Formats: sequence, C-alpha cells, structure tokens
Amino acid sequence: MSETSDRSSLPPAAPEPFPAAGNISDEEREELRRHGILLTSLEELYNWGRTNSIWPLQFGLACCAIEMIATATARFDIARFGAEIFRPSPRQADLMIVSGTVTKKMAPQVVRLFNQMPEPKYCIAMGACAISGGPFKQGYNVLKGIDRYIPVDIYIPGCPPRPEALLNGLIQLQEKIKTERLKGPATARHLKPDAPSEYPIPEYDAHDLKPPKNPAVWTQNPLPRDQ
Amino acid sequence: MSSTAELLDHLRARFPDATLELVENPGPAAQHGLRLDHTSARLIATYLREDPAWQLDYCSNVSGVDWIDREETEKVTTTVTAEDGSTAEKVEKVTRTIPGYFEVVYHLYSMARKTSEPVILRLRTANRTDDTVVPSLTPVWRSCEFQEREVYDLYGVSFTDHPDLRRILMWDEFKDHPMRKDYVEPDDYEYEPTPHATVLERAAKHYPPASPAEEGSQS
Amino acid sequence: MGPQHPSTHGVFRMNVALDGETIVKLQPVFGYLHRNHEKLGENTGYLQSMPYTDRLDYLCAMTNNWAYALSVEKLAGFEVPERAEYLRIIMGELTRLVNHLCLVGFLFNDLGTSFTPLLYAFREREKILDLFEALSGSRMMVNYQRFGGCRVDPTPEWLDAVRAIVDRFPRFLDEYETMLTGNEILLARTQGVGPLSPELAINAGLTGPVLRATGVDYDIRKVDRYGIYDRFDFRVPLGDHGDTYDRYMLRILEMRETLKILQQALRDIPAGDIIAPKAKSRGLRPPAGEAYGRIEGPKGEIGFYLISDGSAQPYRYRVRPPSFVNLTVLEDMCIGTTIADAVVILGSIDIVLGEVDR
Repeated sequence: MSETSDRSSLPPAAPEPFPAAGNISDEEREELRRHGILLTSLEELYNWGRTNSIWPLQFGLACCAIEMIATATARFDIARFGAEIFRPSPRQADLMIVSGTVTKKMAPQVVRLFNQMPEPKYCIAMGACAISGGPFKQGYNVLKGIDRYIPVDIYIPGCPPRPEALLNGLIQLQEKIKTERLKGPATARHLKPDAPSEYPIPEYDAHDLKPPKNPAVWTQNPLPRDQ
Repeated sequence: MSSTAELLDHLRARFPDATLELVENPGPAAQHGLRLDHTSARLIATYLREDPAWQLDYCSNVSGVDWIDREETEKVTTTVTAEDGSTAEKVEKVTRTIPGYFEVVYHLYSMARKTSEPVILRLRTANRTDDTVVPSLTPVWRSCEFQEREVYDLYGVSFTDHPDLRRILMWDEFKDHPMRKDYVEPDDYEYEPTPHATVLERAAKHYPPASPAEEGSQS
Repeated sequence: MGPQHPSTHGVFRMNVALDGETIVKLQPVFGYLHRNHEKLGENTGYLQSMPYTDRLDYLCAMTNNWAYALSVEKLAGFEVPERAEYLRIIMGELTRLVNHLCLVGFLFNDLGTSFTPLLYAFREREKILDLFEALSGSRMMVNYQRFGGCRVDPTPEWLDAVRAIVDRFPRFLDEYETMLTGNEILLARTQGVGPLSPELAINAGLTGPVLRATGVDYDIRKVDRYGIYDRFDFRVPLGDHGDTYDRYMLRILEMRETLKILQQALRDIPAGDIIAPKAKSRGLRPPAGEAYGRIEGPKGEIGFYLISDGSAQPYRYRVRPPSFVNLTVLEDMCIGTTIADAVVILGSIDIVLGEVDR
C-alpha cells in the first residue's frame, strides 16, 4: 500500500547482522535475551527510541485531515504506535503529514513549516492530492505534488486514504527509521553535515509560483517508453 | 414566468426611466431573469429589498458568467424584384459576431415572505476587454461582499462602490483571471497515464516525439 | 493567525489587529484551499462532477451530492422516484448528525478541552460512516446520488442497522449533553459571546443554524419543501440571542429533530425503483437553459447554479457555499472580543475550508 521513495541516502533494505557485538548471531542474541541479558548497540537504541515517539505536526489541509483526525481517535488510535502527540508548533514536531491538496497559494507556507521543523524530520504525503494533485490535478491553483518542493519519505495513495492506510504508512516510516545508520557510507541524511535541512521557499509570481519546482528534489517522471 | 413578468411590469411602471429586459430561460427550470441597467440597478435593488410586496431581503448567490464572443448565423430573406416584374425570395446566410460580455447574476429570495422561487437580477458589462464595470450591490445586500470579490478575482469584473475590492482566492500578485474561458493556465505539465486528447496534446510539447518504430510498439 | 493554526479548522487565515488582547479589526484571508472546483466543473461532464462535490464540504458529502443532483434535475427536468426521495432524506439527515457531532467536538476543542468531546463525537461518527461505507463503498467520499435517484439500493439489513443506530442515538446525545451542556466553562465562554442581530444576519445572507440562532425562522426544508420534506413532522429550533451558546444549543436540538425525521423515514420507506427510468446520468446533455437548485445542508443553504448550452459540459458551474457566505459577519461578531473568543466564534460558525475556498 505504501512505498518508500528512492532517496539516495536510503540504506539497503535487508537488515545486516548485529554489527556492534562482533560475531554473535541474531539467534544467540535472542538466546541471551531470554536469560535476561540484553545486548544492544547505541544505534539500535537510538533508532528504537525515535521510531516509537514520532511527533507529527498538527496540520491539516483538506479532506485527508479529517481521516487523520479519525486515525487519532479511539477507533484507530494512532497512540498505539507512539505517534499520538500532535504538536501545533513545527519546532516540536518531527513528522509532517501533508494531508490534503496543496494549493499554490499554500505551498510556500508548507515548505516554510517543513523548514522550521528540526532535524531529523520526515514527510508523509497522504492522499492522491499531496502526491500528485490527485483529482484536482488539472486545476490552475493546485500544486502537482508536494514532492516538487520537499523530499517525501512515504506516499500513501487513496482519496482519502483510510485510517488503516495512514497507520500502515506510519509503520513503513518506522521501518525506515529503524534502518538508519549513525555512521558509515549509509549514514542517515540528517547526520550528514552537507545535507540540506532547509529547502528554498517558492514565491508568488504574476502567473505561477516561482520557481515551479525545486530541481534538487524533484525530477520529471519518465515516459513509460523510456523505461 | 408569471412572477418575473409581473415584477417586470411593476418595475416598469415604478421606474419609467430604467431600461429593463426580461431574460428568458428556455430550460425546464424556467427561472427567468431580469436584466438591469447600470444607472438604476442599485435604486431598483433597494426598492426590491424595502418594498413590502416583494421584500427580497436575502441575496443568496452571486455568480459571474463569461459569455464569450459568439457567432450567430441568421437566415435573411430578401425579396428581389426581377426585371420582368415577378418577385422572388432570396435567402442569404449572414454571419455576425455578437460581442461577448461578463454577466453577474444575483439570486434573490425573501426570508420575510418565505419565497421558494428565486428572483434573478442580471448585470452585464459592456464588453470583455476594457469596460468591465458594473455597480456593486453590496451596499444593498451585505452577502454580496465576498461573492462580488470572488467575481472580481476570477473574472476581472470591477464593482463600483464596493467597500473592499481585492483579490480573495488567488494571491495579490496574481495577474490573470482564471475563470475566464480564454484563460491559459501555467504549463506545469507532467506525464500521467490518461487517454484524454488534451492531456496527450500537452504531453507532446514536453516530451520529444518518439521514433516511428517506438511509436508503433506503443500503440 | 493561520493558515497553519490548530484552531482555524484547516487553512483559514485571519489578519487581526489588536489593542492589548481586544480585537479592533479582523480580515479573513481565503484561498489557501482554492482547488478550482468551478473551473473543473466546466471542463468535465455533468456526472463527472458528482465525485468532486463530495470533496466540497468533506464532512457532508451526501448533502452536497443531493444539492447537485437536485440542480441537474431542475436543469434537465427529471423526476425522482419515491423510494429514492426517502433514501435521500435518510442519507441527508444522517449526514446532518455527522456534521453537527463533529462541529460540537471541534467547538469544544477550540474551548480548550483537548480532544475528549471530539473522541466521543468521532466514536458515533464512525458508526454512521460504516453505514455509508457498506452502502457506497467509501467512508467519506460517497458519490451516492445520481440524477433522478440514487446509485445503490440498500438491503433490509442495512436499513435495520440504521434503525438500530437511530434508536440508540438519543441515549448517546443525553450522555453527551450531561457531559457538556451545563458545563460551567462552556457557559462562561459562550453565553453572550459574538452576538448577532437578526437584521444583520438576514442582510448578510447567513443561512443554516447560524441564522436560526438569531431567531429568524428560515429553514429551506420548510420553505422550499424540496424532496418530500412536507410529509415529515418536525420542528425548526430557533435561538434567542444569536450568541455562540445559542449556536451550540441549536445544533444539539437540530440533532434531536433530525432523529425524528429519520424515524419517520425509516418507518415509511416504500419499496420501488431507486432511479427514474427516464433519467440519464452518463453523457447527459440537458437542454439549453439554466437552473439554481438549493437545499438545506447542515451548514446552511448549499446551492448549485448551472447553465447549460446544450452540450455535455455545463457552460457555467457555480457552487453557492454556505460557510463562505456565513463568514461575511465574522468581523462584526469578533470586534471587541478577545483572541480566545474569536477562536470560539469561528468554531461556532462551522466552516469547512474545502467549501469556503472550493
């Protein structure tokens, strides 16, 4: 249902054997755990903590926001995944759920909010509109996907996606966070000193936003014949 | 029909100087309109709101309509007298261009009398290019305020005496009027797998045409 | 304030001038969710616009559908079979329940109760959404009405499920009211806050509960008697002072009246066709002309103004959004109050940005 984007910093998906403890295999480690001995690495601990305390930004754009609220209420209960603390301020949030249509009038504000969030930060594009403009794609004031300006980690299709889909997207994001490395060639993006943390904010122009896209994060889809 | 025609007769008797016109609606809904001229529009509107027989105190809906230039072909029959004295009828087709205009349509109801059929007032601009001014009815009905601003934003119709005529939906720096029929939207096209002809046409501008062999394999 | 602000119900923005904490000037700024609904409506066929109307006021998709179907029926001259009229009323009134529930929940959020009333409201809302999903396939974007009828005929089991929910609902409402209505904080924060005179409310074109809270007896269900509302026995609750408390109370009372309508509709619903055999949805080309159709949505008068030139696409497609027009008086209500009260007043108007900006 959800897929991760191919960001260059993404490490290989297959989990490597436990790296910090030398040659101990996963089975041996599990055996030790059963006897009350917990072996872990700083990396694992760090990712475990971050995975289970994602604080989303309380920020709704359109129809999908209602489903986002429904996800937070008793029936679906996003609190089970540690992400129930919706923060009204971007300074305290580390996940932005772009829930709904991003219009050209709203796009600069969305980028500005994402810029104001502290690293490490993640972005979920929830719903067809946030991914590509969705049913409103032909509209003159509709941005054809928030990934034109900011990098998106998880795309959740649907119009609107059901709360279960949002939960699944969140789990996918957690899986992604778990595989982030502190060191080495596959270091997570937010730990690289030269990785951008802020993205250029588009400006209103006489006919369209200027620039209409950020070429550093977005490339045109290839035609099927080119693949 | 009866109510609008009645209203028209009543207004003609009350305002002999005003130019009024019945705009008929040929559809099954039969909601006929009343076209007002610019000078007496506000006077008539105030009268309709205040007059106890009508009490149109509630202006529900204000919409702009863009009537583009259209061509009308008319058959003109002329009687030609031939040299020998006999007359023959000659039918000619005459095409003429009817210049376009913007129209602002007001749907009025009466809350006091609880009417269920709207009284429709229409104001027209002189043309679509330089003279796009109509009088604002916001001083009569406050509910027109935002809706007239919207018409100004999306169609470019200016309202005289509107208290706060600014863009409402688009940003202030925006220059176009996107609801006009001839508006060309910015080209931020990207490929999407739809079979619509217009979409494929725009796609052709962005992607160089494939070689004939490839094209054959695609179709 | 806004457009990203936890209390602005989406992406609404207000330019507020303050003297200390008192508001001296307030200008709403729109357009952050302007999705070009009307332009898209002019470029697509009549039936294709139906799913777009779901996304106008995304809390009450059914009534938007209904208003649009009604306008097209006026434009094309279609009749609606009786069973479909009953189904429309059932759907419309269930939507009213959902909308008012959410409104009360959000209003209390704005008062600072941090989610608890909203949790209760959403618990009940989910039950109704499950019904919609069972019938139409989607929780929110139902796309249920068709020109001249409805899309799916519900089974007797589905109607029984509605009956069960309608029968249990008063108990929930009592529980809800015990929790909220007499609450000291609610009384202190809403009584006398943002009062509105009936004259201004009429002149500013307010409709729905916001208008009726000022004491003006105007409900399109009673005035137009569209559909078959004249067969039902229900009252139109009216407010007295036009303040925020009246607007809140009116919604609770309207929910109780809505339950009455639902009970009568579920009792009387006949068997039969759900769509008129003469009506055509796909590739509809109505005769040239125009029509304005309106219904009493949960937020007020929602209307569609359509001009047909005889082709498959409307020449003009205009939505009369209730909450957009209801915002006209926001400044009048807020001047002289504090910022915290402005948040509550805005919450009590009940706006949905999808409809305000379209």
